[in-house]
Amino acid sequence: MDIWDLHSHLSGVPGRTPEERMAKLLEAADRVGVTKLCVYMGMSWSNDPSPEELRKQNDDVLQALQHWSDRCFGFVYLNPKHVDASLAELERCVAKGPMVGVKLWVAEHCNQSSLDAIVQRATELQAVIFQHTWIKITGNLPGESTPMDLAELAARHPDARLICGHTGGDWEQGIRAIRKSANVCVDLGGGDPTSGFTEMALRELGPERIIYGSDVGGRSYASQLGKVFGTEMANDARRLILAGNLKRLLGPILKSKGIAV
Amino acid sequence: MTGPIIDTNISLSRWPTRRLPLDETAKLVEKLLSRGVVEAWAGSFDSLLHKDIAAVNAALAEECAAHTALRLVPFGAINPALPDWEEDVRRCAEVHKMPGIRLYPNYHNYELTAPGFAGVLKAAAERKLIVQLTVLMEDERMMHPRLRVPNVNIKPLVEIVKQTPGLKLVLLNALKTAKGEDLATLTQAGDVSVEIAMLEGVNGVETVLKSVPIERVLFGSHSPFFYFEAAELKLRESPLAQPQVRAIAEENARRLLPKV
Repeated sequence: MDIWDLHSHLSGVPGRTPEERMAKLLEAADRVGVTKLCVYMGMSWSNDPSPEELRKQNDDVLQALQHWSDRCFGFVYLNPKHVDASLAELERCVAKGPMVGVKLWVAEHCNQSSLDAIVQRATELQAVIFQHTWIKITGNLPGESTPMDLAELAARHPDARLICGHTGGDWEQGIRAIRKSANVCVDLGGGDPTSGFTEMALRELGPERIIYGSDVGGRSYASQLGKVFGTEMANDARRLILAGNLKRLLGPILKSKGIAV
Repeated sequence: MTGPIIDTNISLSRWPTRRLPLDETAKLVEKLLSRGVVEAWAGSFDSLLHKDIAAVNAALAEECAAHTALRLVPFGAINPALPDWEEDVRRCAEVHKMPGIRLYPNYHNYELTAPGFAGVLKAAAERKLIVQLTVLMEDERMMHPRLRVPNVNIKPLVEIVKQTPGLKLVLLNALKTAKGEDLATLTQAGDVSVEIAMLEGVNGVETVLKSVPIERVLFGSHSPFFYFEAAELKLRESPLAQPQVRAIAEENARRLLPKV
């Protein structure tokens, strides 16, 4: 069964260079049957990156992609607090570069109007937009988005291809929050493999809106694949979650770049 | 091939804030059998909040005995914050013939520096009972707002283990927080093992083997709270030789608890 991983990083894995780290990620991916990886953010992270830091992190990913362009797809890391710089990075890495998606993390709540220009341009480019979300009973970071924030953004941009990162962490709330947002898919990755998660997502969203992701190197492929292989479902649904839905979302931009899937 | 598995970390009954797909013992047993599990060490979710722990332990023993398709090994809970916990230890060992006990210091609201904790370890060691210490049950960030408990601070364990001869200690759900040198020091302090249910990071098992001797790494799934496959696949993700897989999947647990 083909497995595409929506959610991987160059952090949390040994290696002095992006290429070395990518190689480590792919060795482990091979052992568990993961065929393609979406990768974003660089060697060292920043919650609120400056334009220079954004560029450096995206350069790390571009460097890693050079060696594995057949297996790895890059998402450009942007910061809505720096709209002009983010739009410039979007042009450099996606419009004129090999990347196929956008990564938004914890710098700014995603319901803010500062995101509109970024989402609009990403949508024109047919890029997928991955927004980290979490609902923490211990308290979110100041700029950390919730799935409720993402639902607001989705309502303003019905044509955008949006992904709710981590399904909000607290998936029982996260699934409810984006349930009515038809253009939002959920990412299974980056949280504990708590049983019931995938079952609820299937029940409330249907298999077409669920995407396997791991959040390696901080997480393991294994723990996150367990959410898919540990849930009873039809094989057709499992194929959609493991690769089919991501192929559908990325299909137009990959085709525009001449990448066959 | 993983081969036969001893799962050292499962729980029966109901999780307090959610129905789990496999929280009926028959369904869980069917699942474990289908994945090659030949023996599973079971606690009870009821142990977390019930004060009548003796009744919980009796029900756990009965439930394990009622399901014969798989060897379910009951580990009764002991709460040293309760009066006369010594009688619960006695019943686990003598009445229910349990080979071990399970502790939940955070849900039972005591620190490892509490005198009762060292007393439980000593009593267990004297009776040759395995002690399973549960460091956490779920991600602290996702707890019910009215049911928030901190992770267990295991720092005091090194000295307590050294002072408890004969103790066989298994840390459950510890590898999210215990790492590197601290973990190495703890596992060197005595007969201390860990299981892999909450181990994370790419090639996680390979990483933990840099800190912990392979003889001290056990298979644990934290089922049915976690999907069983999450732990099973960790043995594939890391580059392990077959003897290493066999040691973790079954042999190390068998050393701790020989087959009767």
